[in-house]
Order: sequence, then structure tokens, then C-alpha cells
Amino acid sequence: MTTRKKILWGIGAFFIVVYCLFPIAWIVSVSFKAPSDLANGSFLPSELTWQNYDLILFGGASDLFLPALVNSFGICLIATAISCLLAMFAAYAIARLDFPGKKLILSTALAVAIFPVISIVTPLFNLWRNIGLYDTWPGLIIPYLSLTLPISIWTMSAFFREIPWEMEQAAQVDGATTWQAFRKVIVPLAAPGVFTTAIIAFFIAWNDFIYGISLTSTEAARPVPAALGLFTGASQFEEPTGAISAAAVIVTIPVVVLVLLFQRRIVAGLTNGAVKG
Amino acid sequence: MASIDMKNIVKKYGDGFPAVNDVSLDIADGEFMILVGPSGCGKSTLLRMIVGLEDITSGDMVIGGKRVNDLAPRDRNLSMVFQNYALYPHMTVYENIAFPLRLSKTPDDEVRRRVTEASDVLELKEHLERKPANLSGGQRQRVAMGRAIVRQADAFLFDEPLSNLDAKLRGQMRTEISRLQRRLGITTVYVTHDQTEAMTLGDRVCVLRKGKIQQVASPRELYEQPVNLFVAGFIGSPPMNFLPATPEGNRLRTPFGEIELDEKRAAAVAGHDLLLVGIRPEYFDDASLVDEAKRPLGSTFRAKVDVTEWLGDSQYAYIPYEAPDSIRSQLRELSKELDSEELRTQAIVSIDATSRIREGREAEFWLDSRKIHVFDPQSGENLTRDAEAGAELTRLATQDRLEQAEEAGGRDTDARGGATAVGVG
Repeated sequence: MTTRKKILWGIGAFFIVVYCLFPIAWIVSVSFKAPSDLANGSFLPSELTWQNYDLILFGGASDLFLPALVNSFGICLIATAISCLLAMFAAYAIARLDFPGKKLILSTALAVAIFPVISIVTPLFNLWRNIGLYDTWPGLIIPYLSLTLPISIWTMSAFFREIPWEMEQAAQVDGATTWQAFRKVIVPLAAPGVFTTAIIAFFIAWNDFIYGISLTSTEAARPVPAALGLFTGASQFEEPTGAISAAAVIVTIPVVVLVLLFQRRIVAGLTNGAVKG
Repeated sequence: MASIDMKNIVKKYGDGFPAVNDVSLDIADGEFMILVGPSGCGKSTLLRMIVGLEDITSGDMVIGGKRVNDLAPRDRNLSMVFQNYALYPHMTVYENIAFPLRLSKTPDDEVRRRVTEASDVLELKEHLERKPANLSGGQRQRVAMGRAIVRQADAFLFDEPLSNLDAKLRGQMRTEISRLQRRLGITTVYVTHDQTEAMTLGDRVCVLRKGKIQQVASPRELYEQPVNLFVAGFIGSPPMNFLPATPEGNRLRTPFGEIELDEKRAAAVAGHDLLLVGIRPEYFDDASLVDEAKRPLGSTFRAKVDVTEWLGDSQYAYIPYEAPDSIRSQLRELSKELDSEELRTQAIVSIDATSRIREGREAEFWLDSRKIHVFDPQSGENLTRDAEAGAELTRLATQDRLEQAEEAGGRDTDARGGATAVGVG
């Protein structure tokens, strides 16, 4: 690459990064503005204040925000764990075994994934109320599974397909049962794929708003995105923008931490050296 | 320690295509058997049926006197080296080798002893803590072998284990495998498409073509008494030359002059109009360099040399010849089946390295007519095969093997503490 090309690429990349990160920077900036300062007409707050964070973590809005944070974490982690486990078995079967209806399962998974959430949320609302799942953790975990399972199955079966068949056959010849071969050879090799899938599934569940707002009514199960929508200002004439921004920043932190934590795990090329190379 | 007996083994895939067709093969305890053939001949499928990775459509697979058709791979107690080694990348070399032992819940100190023993044999000692990704191709290959020998398996199965190594390393590993097998005396089945490996490693070689056994014999018998055109063309490098010939009494008229046959052969070929004469490159020589005493045993002819290749220790000359269309198309078919593409009908002859025969000139050649074979072009059958002489060659090879095994057994019982009984018959 010539120097000129490099410079052009650099400029292009810079604009894309600014374009992507500007809204986030704005939210961070707003979260540090006092309510009276919101319309100061400048990007930076005239005076840096922790007032908004104080409000949502310890003040009036903490009753709404903190339980929601716990709910979100609990529900999303459980949904992610279940979905990864189920997807692992399903993807293994899809990648390795030849059984009738394989294509059907994959296309059904895809169909579920593209099915608009808004169209099933009303019937689900009625059903959940009748069977007592409304406003409970399982009441959200189950719909989240329907959101995360299809994508998990698809990504993981792609990862499983990458693992050479011989690995498993070698394990079987070495004296392993199918289960042992799966647990001792395939799972460790698929770990990067599992982590990637887990992160994607977690984000999907974490970001959900429609199920969260429709299937919950109290802090018993209300997740953060739904709680954010219910923030109110101190008075009727005050916008809760600052508090919402502060909450948004806090909600973003675990996502960033997750990616940074698992980045090292998502190393492609773990299978290097397994086969000829 | 076990013999492997296959009776009428058939493998049909979903579309009814028989990848392996009615194969019956007995592999003796401690024998080194090679399965060889061009790509798609079913040799790997056959190996995978022995180890249990492929279902058997019909027939009996008997290992050590027990029918194993319905046993899972783990219950057959065989060990296998895969073409791409299939090492576990998340484990160290030590754990890779120890894996079969760990699965059988062997106590730790026993595992350590056996892995150390195996790594000593394969000179992997200083690599035990490394991961496979950090090893060279040859080292990975040795780890794969370590994983195979660490367990007291009934037989070793190799699926083209050397095809991913470069030529030099391949030669070294080949002798290594041979030494190891002799030392351990374990029944071995080895799949390859490389005929050098087939000739040098095997006690017996099984040549497969389109899922069917063509000939099972010692390398020498295959070379000297091939049963048909296919085996004759497959074994030997450069390959055997096939010349069209028409019989006239005791003589064969070929593009390279007339060849005289002894009475036995003449009787065998009588009654055919068109024949193929198979002559190995080394049965030819530069006529000017042939001993006067040897000369009358063959015939001489003059031909124009197209190309010569001088290799230092040997020299090859390429002599084009004319052949009838039917023969020409058949030879092309044959070479296609043997994974090569012969574009013209030409004979490759081996001449002395000191010979001054030059490209583009006419020269006089001598050919030894004692060892030629005559084939029926229709059936491909070898009309002049001496079955008795062939069987004798294989019998001698078997005897050699048993003697070697006995010797190795005597040597090894002390070294191995008698832990493994070494096959002596």
C-alpha cells in the first residue's frame, strides 16, 4: 500500500469512527449535564455534575433503575446460558449428523429469527397472563430464547463445521464414547465459537425493549431498557433526559467490559496445528 | 496382537455405488499389509471399515477371532494414524499421546511411564510440553504415531500417513515406520497411493482397483509376476511398457522387432491375434554396452530416441512407437485409471548411465526377452504369469518376516519387560 493510500484509508476510518461514536459521546456528555444545563446549546456541559448518576443510583430513580439492572443481568445471563447450551447440541447435530429434516430445522430457525417480535407480543401478553408467567423472570427468559436461539444455532453450527471430522474420529478410535469425544475434544475446540455466540446472544437479550415493556409491569421482572422508558423528571415540566443518559451509559459499560474480557477468547485459529498445515 | 480376516466385505453408499466390492483378505498376526491403488479405489474406505468409522454393508470383519462388524471403534482396540494427523490442538504433546490412556482410566504413574517410553522411541522427549501448533510437520506426524503406539492396540492402521510430508522427510519416516513395526511386531494395515511406500514397507501388498482386489502378494511377486495389466502398470516406476504384438509361431512381432518366446510362453499365448507385451524399462539396455555372453538371451532392435533423461546413477530414453488405434485407446484408458496422463505411445527404457545414446538419433537397443510378460488386451489378464514362481516369492517373504519377528522378539522381551508379547507366528 502506498503512503497516499494509507492516508486516504486513515481519513476514511477517522470519519467512520467519529460518525459511529458521536452519539455515544453525546450521551456521555448529556449525562454529566444538570437539568437546567440541558439546553445550553453546546456539546460540553457548562459544569460537570454527577447529579444524574446520583439520582439513578441513590436518589429518587434508584427504585426504578437498580431492580431493573438486577433483572436485566439475571434474565439475560440465564437466557444466554440456556440458549448456548441448547444451541451447542443442536448445532453439533446439524454440523455432524445426517438426519431427515435438517434443512427444515435450519430454515425454521431462520424464519423464527426474522419473524417480527411486535406481531406476537400481544398474544403472548394474553397467554402469559393466563398461565401466570406475566411479570416473572421465566416470562422474559422464554421469549428471549426465541430471539437468541436461532442466531446461536446458526453461528455455532458454522463453528462446528470448521472443526475437522478427523478430530472426533481419532478420539473415538482412541477409545472415547461419542459423549467423551464431544466433551473432551469438540467442546474445547469450539470454545471460541461458543463465546462469540454467547456474546451475541447476550447483546440481543440485553437490548430487547418490546418484550421487556409489554410482558412486565413491576420491578419483579422489568429489564433496564423498559425501565429507562418509565423515567420521569422531578416535575412535570422537567425532561428526564439527563437521568436516561446516565442510565444508558451505565448499561453500556457491561457490554463493553464483556467484549474486552472475551476478546482474547475469541481468537480464531485455535485449531491451528490440529491438522496438516 | 491379532489377525484381521475380511470375508466378502462390501461397502455400498446410499446411491448403490459399491466403493468396496466383495473383498476377502486375511492379514496374519504381526504382518505389515499395504492397501494400495489409484485414488477412488476404495482403499481408505476399507481401512475405515476395519477401524469401525465406516459401516459395513455386508460381509464379515473378524479381528483376533472376534466378529467386530457391530462394534464401535472404541471397542475394537485398534489404533490409527490419520492422513492429517488429527492431533488435539488444545492439548500438549504429552496429553495428546496420553489421551487414549486417560480414556481407559490408566493410573497416572503408568501413563507417565508409557508416554515417556513412546516419546523415547519417537524422539519427542523435548517437545512433550509443547502444543501441536508449534511443531513441524514431521514432529506432528511422530506425535500421531506416539498416540497410536502408547496403547497396547491389537493392530495399527495408517491412512496415508506420509502424504503431507516433503519428499526427504517422507523417506526418513518411512524407514522409521518400518523399524517401529518390526520392533513392536504388531499387525499393521497401511493405506497409500505411493508405490515406493508400498514396495518398501509391506510384507504383502494388496492392489485394489475400483473396490476390487486385483492381487495380494509380496512386493517381489507383484513386480515379477503381476496378475494383470493393471497391476503390472501400477507397480514399478517408471511403469512397465506395453507394446502391441502379433504372434507368429514362437515369435512375437512388435514395433521393436521380433521377440522370441520359449515354448511354455508360446503355448500360453497361442490362439490370440493381438497381444500386449509388457517389458519393464530395466529389461532394455544400450546394445553396445551388453555383454557378448548375455546378448543371445534377448533381441536387438534399432529405434529413434525422442528424449533422454540422465539422472547420474541411471539414464532413461523415451522411444515413441506406433500402435493400432484399439491398443492406443486402451493404453490411454489404463493410464487414466492409474492416475497418470499418457499422451503418446512411447516406451521408457532404462539404459546404462554411461551410454552415449543421444536424443534425436537412431540407436541400437537390446531387450531381455526372458522376463517379459504377455497380456491379453481384452481381459487384461497376464497370459505368461508363473503362479508357482510368484507364490514362492511370497512364501519367501513370509518366511523372512517370521524370522525377523522372532529375532526382534528375542531382542525385545528384555527391553520391554515382557509387557507385550511379540507376535512370533
